[in-house]
Amino acid sequence: MLLAWLILIPILAGLLCWQTDRFGNTPRWIALGAMTLVTALALELWLSGDYHLGAGVHDAPQWQLEFRMPWIPSLGIAIHLGIDGMSLALVVLTGFLGVLSVLCSWSEIQRNTGFFHLNLLWILGGVIGVFLALDLFLFFLFWEMMLVPMYFLIALWGHRAAGSKSRISAATKFFIYTQASGLLMLLSILGLAFAHFDATGVLSFDYEVLRATALEPQLEFLLMLGFFVAFAVKLPIVPLHGWLPDAHSQAPTAGSVDLAGLLLKTASYGLLRFALPFFPNASAEFAPIAIWLGIAGIFYGAVLAFAQTDIKRLVAYTSISHMGYVLIGIYAGGAMAIEGAVVQMIAHGLSASALFILCGQLYERLHTRDMRQMGGLWSRLPLLPPFALFFAAASLGLPGTGNFVGEFLILAGSYAVAPVPVVIATGGLVLASAYSLAMVHRSMFGPARSPIPIPGAGRRETLMLLLLAGAIVWLGLYPQPVLDLSERPVALVREFYPPQQNATGAAVP
Amino acid sequence: MTIGSTELLALAPLLVTVATAVAVMLSIAWRRNHFVNATLTVVGLNVALLTTLFTHNALPLELPLTALLQHDGLAVFGTAAVLVSTLGCATLAHAYLEGLQDNRDEMYLLLLIAASGAIVLVGANHMATLLIGLELMSLPLYGMIGYIYRDRRSLEAAIKYLVLSAAASTFLLFGMALVYAETGSLAFATLAQPLQAGAPLLLTGLTLMLAGIAFKLSLAPFHLWTPDVYHGAPAPVGAFLATVGKIAVVLLLMRWWQELGLGRSTLFTALLAGLAMLSILTGNLLALFQGNVKRLLGYSSIAHFGYLLIAVIAGNTIGDEALGVYLLTYMAASLGAFGVLTLLSSPYRGDDAQGLADLRGLFWQHPYLAAVMTVAVLSLAGIPLTAGFIAKFYVVAAGVAAELWWLVAVLALGSAIGIYFYLRVMVTMFLAVPGRRRLDAERNWGERSGGLMTVLLSLFTLAVGLYPQPLLDLLR
Repeated sequence: MLLAWLILIPILAGLLCWQTDRFGNTPRWIALGAMTLVTALALELWLSGDYHLGAGVHDAPQWQLEFRMPWIPSLGIAIHLGIDGMSLALVVLTGFLGVLSVLCSWSEIQRNTGFFHLNLLWILGGVIGVFLALDLFLFFLFWEMMLVPMYFLIALWGHRAAGSKSRISAATKFFIYTQASGLLMLLSILGLAFAHFDATGVLSFDYEVLRATALEPQLEFLLMLGFFVAFAVKLPIVPLHGWLPDAHSQAPTAGSVDLAGLLLKTASYGLLRFALPFFPNASAEFAPIAIWLGIAGIFYGAVLAFAQTDIKRLVAYTSISHMGYVLIGIYAGGAMAIEGAVVQMIAHGLSASALFILCGQLYERLHTRDMRQMGGLWSRLPLLPPFALFFAAASLGLPGTGNFVGEFLILAGSYAVAPVPVVIATGGLVLASAYSLAMVHRSMFGPARSPIPIPGAGRRETLMLLLLAGAIVWLGLYPQPVLDLSERPVALVREFYPPQQNATGAAVP
Repeated sequence: MTIGSTELLALAPLLVTVATAVAVMLSIAWRRNHFVNATLTVVGLNVALLTTLFTHNALPLELPLTALLQHDGLAVFGTAAVLVSTLGCATLAHAYLEGLQDNRDEMYLLLLIAASGAIVLVGANHMATLLIGLELMSLPLYGMIGYIYRDRRSLEAAIKYLVLSAAASTFLLFGMALVYAETGSLAFATLAQPLQAGAPLLLTGLTLMLAGIAFKLSLAPFHLWTPDVYHGAPAPVGAFLATVGKIAVVLLLMRWWQELGLGRSTLFTALLAGLAMLSILTGNLLALFQGNVKRLLGYSSIAHFGYLLIAVIAGNTIGDEALGVYLLTYMAASLGAFGVLTLLSSPYRGDDAQGLADLRGLFWQHPYLAAVMTVAVLSLAGIPLTAGFIAKFYVVAAGVAAELWWLVAVLALGSAIGIYFYLRVMVTMFLAVPGRRRLDAERNWGERSGGLMTVLLSLFTLAVGLYPQPLLDLLR
């Protein structure tokens, strides 16, 4: 039941926020309380559970905690939730970033706060649902459920970006991209369920039941593609990334934090949890293409990031670049590579959110996101520029930050499988330094535009940035707790993928 | 065949509806009173609905009532759906007609006659009842569409529908003539055998009839009347057209499909699949740049019946269930959407509320009314947590189970296109409020029967979206 509460708390609190709209700041406090509670519950789960790999993968049940309730029995659909190390890590991240996204809209959002927080909390509830769902129907439901509130967040509280189309068209683009690809995934889910039905006579959408389905190679490949396209749009992988820069540049800060920090992670989580174990052979066949797509993303994102003048678009493009590494790590399939991908997911969630929050704080002060209008902020603005430098360093993967650990593990772990792509991908790290430093240089250094000082970060803003910086450094210096968490899930993924090798309970060296 | 008490009981819903029509007619002749006549209608429809439920429990399924009508699961479901939609339209009509300075009562009379036609149609087992039912349903509709006859658009829509509908009926009649010429019989059950043999005259006849039916369902390429008629018809009548007018006909098609064994004929499967694909694409594409919500709902209904045909073609058990779920959710969503438009409109205050501008900022002034519309639109778009998603899921499942990959792919494409205009309608309601509204809902809209009905419908939509199992059990 605890798992159900993790999803229900944000959703119920969201409704409460909507109804308390007229009482000033009440919705903010409710939202803050709800997300703090979720984070606390998730941390409690972490501390009380035993997530170690132990002697063998199958010594303990796969799920630390499970929740099962019949829902639509005539179709074999149940409310089946489960949590293991990987989903726990991501739920903790969701709670943490949820708290931050409430905090970062404290002064930014002044219109219709109740309805805003309703949308924000429903996104978070949907994301947690995606991380916990073990029934494919339920998973799809949460997957789609996040879209409508996100659409509202961008369309109603977004900014008008200079020189591009309105926020409504950005929101619509986001929605259509994800919805269209989601429908392909729905087709795949149904195809899988009916393939299982034809083989066994049991109609079920349960994760563990469907995982055992034997498929014809051709069908497996088609179904895999359906899942892959849906995840590829959200990750995003390069030819399908068109929605991301627009959505980010028009979204309010909290929307960007949720998009970059959480929604992108649902895609990589989906690949690990569903696409690889369900379709191991097809995925292995597809892996070279996926890895090269990842490399394309790394370079494409980096080059375009460098060319941006809008600081938020720049950060958006860096996300494409960073998620390219995650894709490589997932499809390379080594234990170290996949664990690296998990660490990178979390590290990128933190660092990208931090940069977006910074962008939001700059925007509140300067009313522009155009870097050509910034320049010389270091001398005018206390506190924020050093933070910007730190998070830029995290984003470029400086040792001591979580991003370094993630990227290093991915590259080192994938080298044995795909040496050439890894060598090429390493070049992306150089580009990462180039765009990160260029961003800080263009906005913070150089001659000041005016001598008038700008008010520095308040207590709330400093607290947010300190929390994020602390988390990034902690992940960089002592990533072991997260690695411990993901050890068992990764070992389980590796039982299926890559298909030729069998489980050896491989641990991180 | 003699008609005994069992048969009378099975016919009770139809008889009650017709009796209510007579009662309303007499009541109008006695004294015009809008409230009395509306109440009489609603009470009669409710009694008919109760008897439907009673007959469902008391009588065996599969009971032939004369050679013309059939009492079975399909007929009971159809009767109930028709009665519920008519009830919805009647409450909406009451809210709408309050502002009309003219004769208001005849609307209910027409509504009841059309409903009895629809009930005949869903039980039709013979070409004769098919025609009688269809015409009994269509003729009052001409009057209903042109009810606000001082409005040019309303009149234009009525005449357009009259002419085109008559043309469709001639197709239907000519088709029947050909069928009769070939087989010498008009009962559905007797046609299955010759159809297997593939007599050319019979195939031609049935194809012509299919064209007539496709017209009533406004499937592309027989859809041209839909946007104009939806646009011109008063909003509650639009709701009737979109729900009763289509549910009854699609159920008839379903009965055809089963009794005649059309599913085994490659020709008809291909024809229907072609109609489905064309309708899905046409409906969604033409709606893309539509700024008028009523026309948009017209296009959306074209697409929706394209989706529904997939369930019909699939012809498996899951397809039968899909048809039921889809029709009910479509009905709830359409009535909800038209209901909100009705509550915002009043005759003689210019056009009905239908432009996107009329909906702008609705959420900030009437949050619950806008929430009803949002739920209806999301359900039509098939977004999770609404019934529309369950329905679409069912249809896709039926298609996948029958391995109709092309149709399912077109469905996915169509719904992806469709998202665009549904979102446009939805977000308009949440934008900043314009200075002054041309049309506004009454302050106490929620206490009116029409308002209450739309709220209940959207609760139904949400409930089914969250927990569909009871509904599925009911449909079994």
